[in-house]
Amino acid sequence: MKDIRDAQYVAHRSDGSIVRRPMSPHLQVYRPQLTSVLSIGNRLTSIAISAGTLLLVWWLVAAASGPKAFATVQHVIANPIGLLVLFGWTVSLVYHFYAGIRHLVWDSGHGFSLPATHRSGWLTVGLTVATTLLVWAIGLSLWLGA
Amino acid sequence: MSEKSAEAVADRVRVMRSQLGRARGLGASKSGVEHWWVERVTAIALVPLTIWFIVSVLTLLHSDQPEVRQWAGRPVNTVLLLATVIMTFHHMQLGLQVVIDDYVKKSHLAVTLLNKGAALLLGLFSIVAILKMAF
Repeated sequence: MKDIRDAQYVAHRSDGSIVRRPMSPHLQVYRPQLTSVLSIGNRLTSIAISAGTLLLVWWLVAAASGPKAFATVQHVIANPIGLLVLFGWTVSLVYHFYAGIRHLVWDSGHGFSLPATHRSGWLTVGLTVATTLLVWAIGLSLWLGA
Repeated sequence: MSEKSAEAVADRVRVMRSQLGRARGLGASKSGVEHWWVERVTAIALVPLTIWFIVSVLTLLHSDQPEVRQWAGRPVNTVLLLATVIMTFHHMQLGLQVVIDDYVKKSHLAVTLLNKGAALLLGLFSIVAILKMAF
């Protein structure tokens, strides 16, 4: 035995004989639930936002470089694929924002009961949809309007 | 636990680690709380900063480069932009490190260094760009 985790597999039958505990089954045997899906979603969106920071850095560097570089980045973002990426980035950022606040509430010791967890979970989903649509509605009306 | 089975366990478990060490949750790195805590502190900072940033981007939708530059050059915006990118890349690097620790077994050190290095460089690019617009 070389790993401390092996020690935690050691268990006893009622007659005192030693058995190795069975392994816990992995993710795929469980039915997806609100709690697990939102937890996985929080991690996936974190990776998506991280990738999206490249766009942020490009935008900042272009704005600092000059009108030509800035026009290029604006042109790429205004492209349908660019807008789709930007929309995906917004959804991810907004979801991660609310899911992060949900985590901070848990960290403060509140909202651990199952009904509270489900309420805050659905609230997170609802606020994500509402905020994303609101930001894009304002953005598109400002962009196309004037 | 009977004496005989306790002996059997002792015979099987050869780990040079005390139960106190296990209870404290300290591995070879002797840390962990710091990482968890700073992740939370940066998260709290990013709550108002992210709202400010999204609202700012919406107000800048029709701006050309000189206008964006002028906007970023106002001291309040310069400071908040700097705070946003510093908190973002610090938080990002801490969060991605947890994912790496969970899933990357091969070349863990190399991927860790890549994470830290990329976050540092992206952060520095952003900081220099913001300062260039400000001065």
